[in-house]
Amino acid sequence: MSTRTERIRRAGMPYLLLVPALVLELIVHIAPMVTGIVMAFKDLTQEYIRNWGSAPWAGLGNFRIAVDFDAPVGEALLRSFGITCAFTVLAVGLAWLLGVTAAILMQDAFRGRAALRALFLTPYALPVYAAVITWSFLLQREGGLVNHVLHDQLGLVDEPPFWLVGDNSFLALVVVSVWRTWPFAFLMLTAALQNIPRDVYEASALDGAGIWRQIRHVTLPALRPVNMVLLLVLFLWTFNDFNVPFVLFGKSAPESADLISLHIYQSSFATWDFGAGSAMSVLLLLFLLVVTACYLLLTRERSRPRGR
Amino acid sequence: MADSAPTLVDGGPRPGGAPAPARPGGPARPARRGRRTPPGPTAPPRSFVWTRRILLTLLAVFAAVPLYAMLSSSLKPLEDVTGAFHWFPSELTFRPYIDIWRTVPLGHYFLNSLIVAASATVCSVVIAVFAGYAVSRYRFRGRRLFTVTVLSTQMFPGILFLLPLFLLYVNLGNATGIALYGSRGALILTYLTFTLPLSIWMLAGYFDSIPRDLDEAAQVDGCGALGALFRVLVPAAAPGIVAVAVYAFMTAWGEVLFASVMTNDATRTLSIGLQGYSTQTQVYWNQVMAASLVVSVPVVAGFLLLQRYLVAGLTAGSVK
Repeated sequence: MSTRTERIRRAGMPYLLLVPALVLELIVHIAPMVTGIVMAFKDLTQEYIRNWGSAPWAGLGNFRIAVDFDAPVGEALLRSFGITCAFTVLAVGLAWLLGVTAAILMQDAFRGRAALRALFLTPYALPVYAAVITWSFLLQREGGLVNHVLHDQLGLVDEPPFWLVGDNSFLALVVVSVWRTWPFAFLMLTAALQNIPRDVYEASALDGAGIWRQIRHVTLPALRPVNMVLLLVLFLWTFNDFNVPFVLFGKSAPESADLISLHIYQSSFATWDFGAGSAMSVLLLLFLLVVTACYLLLTRERSRPRGR
Repeated sequence: MADSAPTLVDGGPRPGGAPAPARPGGPARPARRGRRTPPGPTAPPRSFVWTRRILLTLLAVFAAVPLYAMLSSSLKPLEDVTGAFHWFPSELTFRPYIDIWRTVPLGHYFLNSLIVAASATVCSVVIAVFAGYAVSRYRFRGRRLFTVTVLSTQMFPGILFLLPLFLLYVNLGNATGIALYGSRGALILTYLTFTLPLSIWMLAGYFDSIPRDLDEAAQVDGCGALGALFRVLVPAAAPGIVAVAVYAFMTAWGEVLFASVMTNDATRTLSIGLQGYSTQTQVYWNQVMAASLVVSVPVVAGFLLLQRYLVAGLTAGSVK
């Protein structure tokens, strides 16, 4: 029944199905990425924007400027990088902690669980700008809810602090980011918990394990594979986050909340020096690649002896 | 018929190496969706119940306070939002909801966002269905390379694409006379590829969880590969397709970075329009909150109605 032509058609079919996806990925992801890497080696300033091919080659010049940490450009980049690392560790850690807590506590049905789940997921479902604009209202120095509670109602501070300028803006950024991302961790972990076979719990209950021991010895180990992927995804999203600082602070972020994506964006479009901006982006990409590769290697090695 | 089997994937290991819980292709076991009865024969101890009450209350407050402030402020008259913050409106008014359409061209932004997000969603879902089908049902050379490459684009910083894409669109416009830069088309093209990797991944997993006998039987009946896809797999995976569509729409509706660079006054979307609204020198916070609420309602409602499917799409075996 399966003739030769039939076989060829069958072999060609998957490629045919992939063509649209491939073409688009090529246009919007692969080609710009290659272009971006080429641009990083060009002296691409404002005058060449309309005809970027004619920009002179800069060799490693752009990279040299970016990593010259004694000069203002490199120094600012390094500081922004440090802030982004601290921000990512804090925000991802907290988002994961809240997500795993809520998911485990809501594993068993109780009255009002569905409503609570809807409430928890709403911050994640909001368009990012609507959520962040609301927070920027809450964080206003005068007339904001946060200062109203801290200063007027609880009297914890003598002076209403600024949240969107100065050093406090780092804290504000972490809180807003956690508020928006923890429901995602919650959603993923809730989904994963539904996959733990019930008989595992029944068996451990027969062994006399209470609920706390079940959480420690059954639930948490079962979540391990999800956690590994979840933490990586959260890390990449948070590290690259542009939306939250951009909407919260506008085009110029305070120094203490100058995340790397926004930093590159500002330095590119403020000076129209796309060559330098691309070099910084390439460095960022390299960093993310190295971290991801190390992470995957480490987690894989550790999980292998225990795995199936 | 038996010789058609080798080309079909029989639930092989997922590409990407690491265990992939977020995709629905995991161990297939019939899981009851939604509620789960308590795990043990005994009720949870008091210590657990109280911990649960306290922690969940704190989390609920954290989640709800900004939402409450958004809603209550949107119902306040202007005097209430110019001075100190008040928990309750001095009087309830729907004026902000009327004024927003006149203070800024919100309707215009709304329409732009709707066109862009809807088009990007439709295209992305159709393309992802084809690609997901190929990845799920065929073993072919380059399958692993494809999935790894496509998925890894997901981790690249948007800022890396932004500058070259901006230049590409500007230069393509100069070369061909088609004004891509600033057009809705460019934005649609960009957004639909953002959601493609995860959509393909999720749909491939969804298809994996549908028994192969079903579409093989359809193919034997003379349906052809596409016939089997549209007559058997697409209806069976409808919840997954809906979930992917919701995800794609939410992504396009909320995108900020590319919209900030690639739109002009005529094509401005809600993300940038509203951000401009909230950073004016004299901000009418009650109106800004009303506008934020109005633009959020469609996506939040869609998400909450369909999150069941989204969760199901992310877990194994929920699809029969």
